[in-house]
Amino acid sequence: MPRKDLLDIEALDRSEIEHLLDQSAPFKELFTRSVKKVPALKGKSVLMLFYEPSTRTHSSFEVAAKRLSADVTNFDVGHSSIAKGESVRETIETLQAMRTDYVIVRHMASGMPGTIARLTRASVVNAGDGAHAHPTQGLLDAFTLREKFPQTDGRRVLIVGDILHSRVARSTSLALRKLGVEVAYLGPGSLVPARLPDGVRRFTSYDEAMGWRPEVIYLLRVQMERQEAQYFPSLREYHRLYGVTEERLRILHDQGIYIMHPGPVNRGVELCDAVMDYEFSLINDQVENGIAVRMAVLYWLKPGGA
Amino acid sequence: MLDADDIARGVQTLADGIRERTGGKPLALVGIRSRGDEVAERVLNLLAADGDRDLSFGVLDISLYRDDFEHLRENPAIQETDIPFPVDGAHIILVDDVLFTGRTIRAALDAISDYGRPAKVELAVLIDRGHREMPVQPDYVGITLPTRRLDHVHVSLERCDGRDEVRIDSKEPA
Repeated sequence: MPRKDLLDIEALDRSEIEHLLDQSAPFKELFTRSVKKVPALKGKSVLMLFYEPSTRTHSSFEVAAKRLSADVTNFDVGHSSIAKGESVRETIETLQAMRTDYVIVRHMASGMPGTIARLTRASVVNAGDGAHAHPTQGLLDAFTLREKFPQTDGRRVLIVGDILHSRVARSTSLALRKLGVEVAYLGPGSLVPARLPDGVRRFTSYDEAMGWRPEVIYLLRVQMERQEAQYFPSLREYHRLYGVTEERLRILHDQGIYIMHPGPVNRGVELCDAVMDYEFSLINDQVENGIAVRMAVLYWLKPGGA
Repeated sequence: MLDADDIARGVQTLADGIRERTGGKPLALVGIRSRGDEVAERVLNLLAADGDRDLSFGVLDISLYRDDFEHLRENPAIQETDIPFPVDGAHIILVDDVLFTGRTIRAALDAISDYGRPAKVELAVLIDRGHREMPVQPDYVGITLPTRRLDHVHVSLERCDGRDEVRIDSKEPA
């Protein structure tokens, strides 16, 4: 059964996740045609409501909506009355009056997309809210993993970095766990939550984590403001302890271990420069898959509840 | 009710018609999912036995080109489309199991034109049951089946459904 909104991975069961991933593949196939567009959402309107800056996720959703032939309107913070103090309530009334069919929301406050979803008939897709969720990132990561490992049960993914503040870590771990993937965390003690989600293990050193034999290493982006807040001593120190250095990259290559990253990469922090040419990097696949997965999500949701 | 022999004769009629009018020329058969692809494959096998021309084969899923999303509780599940030959300049025969309103064919024509500009597109259907809502007429028909507008025509084919048969469920009082 389709849903009205996609707010977090938690609400989805395994069969829904698998359905969405299955449905993403035919969308990805369209990208090889000279005409990359299909008329599925012709005449539908998609409003991009981004209260927080984003280039990649924003453009990925925009491309996805346009390839479905929907009309896309941007309601950017900097250029709109949101900056002049318009309340969320007023914004929703406006988009209701505009008869918007889909709203893509990014907000710094956890739960805001859910609030908007309750107040509008439009389908709401959470494009990232606070440290809470980024469900389409979780789905695209699961899709990317499944392209390499069609049988997901028992696969091992190590997520490295600032787990605590990361909605990507949260949504991706949830999606992977629901598909039977084994997930482990590695990061500075101050940036890994004390209470781990069910079934997730934790390592304190890179060597210990490698002993677990992960098949994919998923590097999270380091948010520079965390360093200023002294969650870890220095970027160089971070790279030495948790980054994929050139020496580590050689070992990963020998073992055929895949690398993923939600982008954009801080080169020299999470990853060394050489990773740009790394044979088993899935970072570009993630970008391409993101569009396909978001198309599948928009196609699956049914506006009109509430 | 039609049985496996009726269906086999229908497929044979399609192959004969295509052979007669296009003999020797390169052709691409494109089956519309699901079941049109199975009909197309059977026709292709008969034509391939002649060994006198280049034959290509493709399958088309038209879910993303339908015009009735508004009326569906759930958007149709998409299956893979596979058009492994260049569409530009090709002579394509679209193949479907049942021709009814013509809306599927309208969608299929839109879909195929997003892959390129064929030299010619024709339509072959195993069963024409009438009641068109679009100006679409088949070039090749296997079986002409008189039905009422509200009847349901259920086609079962070996690979999809485990057996060959056609059943009509009558929805109107006799």
